[in-house]
This record gives sequence, C-alpha cells and structure tokens, in this order.
Amino acid sequence: MFKRFLQFIAATYLGLAAFSGPALAEPGRVGMAYEKQLNFQAPATEVMHDIIWLHDVMMYIITLIVLLVMGLLLWVMIRYNHRANPIPAKTTHNTLLEMIWTIIPVLILVYIGVYNIKLLYKQDVIPEADLVIEVTGHQWYWTYNYPDQDLEFDGFMLDRAFFDPDRSVEVQQQREAAIEDLRILLGRAGPIEIHRLLDTDTRVVVPVNTVVKVLVTADDVIHSWTIPAFGFKIDAVPGRTNEIWFNVEEVGTYYGQCSELCGINHAFMPAVVEVVSREDFDAWVIRAKAPPAS
Amino acid sequence: MAKSNRGYKSHGQAPTGLKRWLFSTNHKDIGIMYLFFAGFGGIIGVLFSVLMRLELQEPGVTFLTWFVADGTVEQAAQFFNVLITAHGLIMVFFLVMPALIGGFANYFVPIMIGAPDMAFPRLNNISFWLLPPAFTLLLLSAFVGDGTIGVIGASGVGAGWTIYPPLSANISGASMDLAILSLHLAGASSILGAINFITTIFNMRAPGMTMHKMPLFVWSILVTAFLLLLALPVLAGAITMLLTDRNFGTTFFDPAGGGDPLLFQHLFWFFGHPEVYILILPGFGIISQIISTFSKKPIFGYLGMAYAMVSIGFIGFIVWAHHMYTVGLDVDLKAYFMIATMVIAVPTGIKIFSWIATMWGGSIEFKTPMLWAIGFIFLFTIGGVTGIVMASAGVDQPLHDTYYIVAHFHYTMALGSVFAIFGGFYYWIGKMSGRQYPEWAGKLHFWITFVGVNMVFFPQHFLGLAGMPRRYVDYPDAYAFWNQLSSYGSYITGAGVIFFLGLVIYIFTKGKKCPDSPWGDYADTLEWTLSSPPPLHQFEMLPKIK
Repeated sequence: MFKRFLQFIAATYLGLAAFSGPALAEPGRVGMAYEKQLNFQAPATEVMHDIIWLHDVMMYIITLIVLLVMGLLLWVMIRYNHRANPIPAKTTHNTLLEMIWTIIPVLILVYIGVYNIKLLYKQDVIPEADLVIEVTGHQWYWTYNYPDQDLEFDGFMLDRAFFDPDRSVEVQQQREAAIEDLRILLGRAGPIEIHRLLDTDTRVVVPVNTVVKVLVTADDVIHSWTIPAFGFKIDAVPGRTNEIWFNVEEVGTYYGQCSELCGINHAFMPAVVEVVSREDFDAWVIRAKAPPAS
Repeated sequence: MAKSNRGYKSHGQAPTGLKRWLFSTNHKDIGIMYLFFAGFGGIIGVLFSVLMRLELQEPGVTFLTWFVADGTVEQAAQFFNVLITAHGLIMVFFLVMPALIGGFANYFVPIMIGAPDMAFPRLNNISFWLLPPAFTLLLLSAFVGDGTIGVIGASGVGAGWTIYPPLSANISGASMDLAILSLHLAGASSILGAINFITTIFNMRAPGMTMHKMPLFVWSILVTAFLLLLALPVLAGAITMLLTDRNFGTTFFDPAGGGDPLLFQHLFWFFGHPEVYILILPGFGIISQIISTFSKKPIFGYLGMAYAMVSIGFIGFIVWAHHMYTVGLDVDLKAYFMIATMVIAVPTGIKIFSWIATMWGGSIEFKTPMLWAIGFIFLFTIGGVTGIVMASAGVDQPLHDTYYIVAHFHYTMALGSVFAIFGGFYYWIGKMSGRQYPEWAGKLHFWITFVGVNMVFFPQHFLGLAGMPRRYVDYPDAYAFWNQLSSYGSYITGAGVIFFLGLVIYIFTKGKKCPDSPWGDYADTLEWTLSSPPPLHQFEMLPKIK
C-alpha cells in the first residue's frame, strides 16, 4: 500500500511540475499575467520586489517543511508498517523531542516575523507624495480624480463583444473606434493592443519614478482597487477613505481587477494604469482636459 | 458492559417510525439523522461547486447562460454569485458542522466517555430539527428575487458567504432576509448543541474517566463546543443588525446614517475565524483516534495534543482581522494580527509532529481510514504552510482575495475537514450500521478523491499568485490553463462522490456483518466494547475506567 501511496504522491506532484514547463506566451510581459504562469506578476515597484523576495524566502521554508513532513510520513510508512515492524513500540512521550518541535517553529516564526514587520511598515508608511489620485468605486466602474490637475474621468471595461471571434462588422468598427480613442488619448504612435476583461476605455496615467498617493473610497458597495504588479490591494469602502502609495520603476501598462465581491459585474470592472515619462504625463494632462477629439 | 441490551428493555418497547425519528431523544438516532442530513447537504454543495467549475472551465461566460431565464451574461453572473454564496454556506453549515459535530460527536462522545446519552436529550432533538428548516430557508433564498419567484439569474443571495454589507444590505427582495433567518436557525441549533456537549462532557463521564483520560476526539469536541458557544452569538448579533438595517431603518453598517460597513466585517470574522477552527478541530480528534488505532500505539504526547487544541481554540479568537488586511486597518493593528496569527503555527505543528511520532515505532495497518488520515496530515500541512504566507500582512497584499486563498482554505477544509469526515465514516460505519464497507472500495474512493481534489486546488495556488481574483464568473484568457485543469479535477472528485454514494447503498444493503471490534485490540475507546451497532441504550451499568 505504501508503495502505491508513494507513487501517487510522486505522480501528482511531478505531474504538476511537468505541466508547469516553459510558458508559451510572453513570460516577460510586465503588468499582466501570462499563460500557465506559476508565480507573481513581474514586479514594478520596490515594494513588490520586497514582497516577492520575502515570499520566496517563506516559500523555501514552507517547501522544506512540507518535504520534511512528507519524508517522515513516507519513512514511517515504509519502516513501521505492520510487515516491517510487527510488534509496535510503546513510547508515548519524549520531552526533548516535544520541546524541539515547539521551539524550532517559534524560531522560524521569529525570523519570518522580523522581515514581515519591516516590509509591513515600509508598505504602510506613506512617503511625501508628488501626485495624488482619488479613486472611487461604483457598480461597476471606477472614477479617477486628479485634484491638483483638476481632472476627472471614469474607467469602464471595454465591451466583451469586442473580443468575440464572430463579432459583426458593426462591433468591429466600434472596437477600432475605441482603440483609436485610446491611442489619441495616450498620444501613442502605433495601434494599442487590448485585452479581454482587462482593458478600459480610459487609463490612469502616472509619471514613472514618482511617489503617487491614492485615496480610495466607494459610493455604493465595497470594491477593492489593486494592481498586482505594484504589490498593493486596498478596499474601497463607502464612508471612509483609504490611502495607498506606489512608485513605479518602469514605463508600461499595468492591469488590475476589482478584488472585493461587488455584485453582478464584479468581474467586469478592471483598472489600468499607464506609467509614462514625466513629459508624456504633462502632455497627457493637457490632452485629457481638452474636449474629446471626435 | 451492557452489550446484550438491545432495545428499551427498561423503558418498554423501542419506539418506531415517527416516534423513533421525529421525536427522537436518542443520541445515536439523532447522530444518524445528522449524518444523512450532512450527506444531503454535501451532495447539493458539491453539485453547486461542479456547476461553478463547469462555468470556469474556459474563459467567457458560456455555461451558466443555459440555466438562466433570459440567457444574458448578467443573469449568469448573478447565478454564479448565488452559487458561490450557497456553496460556502452549505459546506460550512450543512455539511461539515452537521457531519462532524452533529453526527460523529453526537454518536460517539457519550459512548466514549461512558455515558448512556447526552445530558439534554430533548435539546438534542431540537438542535437537529432546527437544521432542516434552516436549510430549506437557505435553498428558498436562492429562488426569491425582487418581485420574482423561481427566476434563476434574477433571484438569490449573491453576496458571498461572508455577506458583507452594503452589498448584502442592498439586495432587494426577501432572499437576503431568508438567508439571515436560515443562519439564525442554524446558529441556534449549534449553540444548543454546544451547551449539550459541554454539559455532557463535564458531568456525565463514567467513574474513572478523568478529563485527562478522555479520548482526544472528546477533547476536540469540548474545545469546539466552547468555540461555538462564544462565536455564534456574535454572528447572530451581526446578522440581526443586518436584518434591521435592511428592514427597520437602522444604520449600523450604513455610513450615511453614521454606521460603518467594517463593523460588520469585525463582527463577522470574530465569529468567522473561530468558525474555521470549529470545522477542523473535530477532524483533528478523529484523525488522532484513527492514527492511534492503526499504528497500534497510544497517541504520542497526549497532553500536548489536548492542550494544543485548547490553545488553537483560544488563539482562534484573537486573530480575526487577518481576514481584513486590505480594508485599511492601522499598521500597528496589522502587525499585531500578523504575529498572533503566526503563533497558531506552533500548536498546529505540535499536532502534525505528534501524529507522525505516534506512527513512529508503530505497526501500521493501511486500512481505508488510515489512508484518509495520512492523506489528511500531508494535505493539511500544505494548507497550513500557505496560511503562514498569507498571515504575513505585507506578502498578503497581492494574494488577498485571489485564488491563493481559495486554494489555502480548500486545502484545510476540502482536503482537511472532509478527509477527516471520510476517515471517520470508514472508521465507524461498521460500528454505526453493523455492516462493514468493502476494503477495496474504500481505498478506491480514497485514491479517486485524493487525485481529484489535488487537481482542483493545487493549480489554484498558481492562479492566485498570478493575480486571478476569486468570485469571478469570467477571467482573462491568461488564466485559462490552470482553470481548465482545476475543472477536470472537479469532475474526477464528482465521480468520486457518486462512487461513494453507490458504496453507501452497497454497505447498507449488502455489506458484511461487522464484528464488535473490527480494528483489533488497539482500538481501545469504549465504542468498541459495545455491539455493532450499539444497543439503543448503552451503559445502563456505567463502565469503570481504570
């Protein structure tokens, strides 16, 4: 029996490892998940680098713990099954052993805890901000307000029909118009790639290497604003304003999705942050304030 | 011992029919009813989960649109939200709790402490009979909408099992109110049950059965009963406030009236975190009995095991806000809840290593219950260590409310509590029914389930790390692969459930007669001294414990 157990465990976990071979689609892409991804999205802030580092440290520790438990289980199954060991021992206590498996976990936790406290305070203490954005969640879209730039707009998810392989000519025209609007708004030269369930009709534009403070609230039910690559997630709670900050290291487009169940279209209110150079940001502010190009 | 006493010799005839079951005051009959009820709840809960996995098998809302009235994505999404809500509530309140506490504990705690019955037999009866109305209300809630009845996609509670306001407060129609009343009834049932267990265990132990001689299963139920008694009234208060917010114009959770939505979350998780220990502690107890029996050794570090459960129960009450790391808590508060949460790993580790130490030096028989128990230890370890990762408030930020948490709590519950339930089922079915299961079938059921559930939940870790939020009816195409694998695993698990149902029917109709003590001399708790099935009244002469 124990042999079969061993084989099954090996098959299950090696099988999963085999599945997770080289990823096919753009593993290096910043700002969103790729197919068959096994780990975090590529980090875009210092905080997210720290999170991934600490996660990996803990991952090594917990993997070792799991392997230790699995190894011990396999050993007792092989060595102490009724064929190998017909006469059971009578031990019921071993004070030293019990102290060891109490104290070692405590030491491990102290080790993990110290780094965790450091990370937590780094995340949560907001440095002097160069840009403030107010984010308000609604069923089912986000409103973005730049108080210092006197700018406000909504972000609605692009229609799912745009991505239907059998879309009609009319829908195709709407899709192209939406892409063109985005292109003009962002001042890009080439066409913009859009992604199902992730892209919105506008984008939150922020300058690179800038401390951005985000004030998050909601006006109907609780939502949650997150960009996984930035390493934060903050609930938008009616009646209170939550603060979060980020400082993105690299120009790019970063995607996030509402992360607190908010009703029927919970899965359909993404957030997109476009990180650009300081000059491009200033140009965007002027464009965004002007009346729509159409 | 009262082996021969079948029936109510000293009380006249044994009751039959309605009198025996509806008016039952017999802990074993009530335990059996609880188990059947849990089986029924479990089937519906599994059915809902398979529907969810069918929808999530590929990107796009393609499957649930078949069920809803007008075939739109919006209605399918509402139906999906109803499914996730009902799946969570059913699995917690109508599968795991009735099976472990109402079923196994009701049946075996009095026997294991050498008592003839529970302390309050009629209370026991009402505890059980509150559950069917509670379940009925919950199922009804799925079919009631705003002025509509029975329109799938336009009715039901789609707020998740955590029913956070304002979302839950804003649901129009009576469905949310029905769900609240359902939880009230289920909660009252559990509180009464908890009172009964505490009284029974404190007052009805046989002569010589001191607290420190009680089997660990009894210890686990004692701790669980205290958790129930202290946690459920808080839930009852919170949902009553929600009810009055919805219907009578109070604003406990409405910021427009000076209330705070987060107050509900604090109350809910003050109940909710002990609740998850309520779901797993009885499982710890069952696993301890099984490991000891089939290793042919007494449990290693008995006192450590018992007090590890007590400390897990205690710490369980002071860690609740680790469910709320993203709501905007003060950083010092987060630091406290993080450290307190991590402390739980210590008593849990003691339990894991003590189980292994029990097996160490033993003479292990790999009977079906032992397979479930070993599977439990391994998989619960995986679920436990990912808990440490998420307890880390900083690292939790990208993981919170993603599939990582779904994987974590299913590893502790679907692969923890449910493995313990199945282990307990195979361990005790011969005792309870008098008929033994066929060994090959139990083992086959184990392997199907083991492969299936791992396939469902292991890939969900990857989805969560990559950022896929939970409770999503549709997801970006990048998450397709692991979702597909997860769905296939769910079908394997579903096949395992069907096999199990067939097996249950087989046991009841054609199962071999079970001897009084099928597991040999090392199964030394008192139930094995009775006949299989035990007499309607056991221990008319109280057993003396050495």
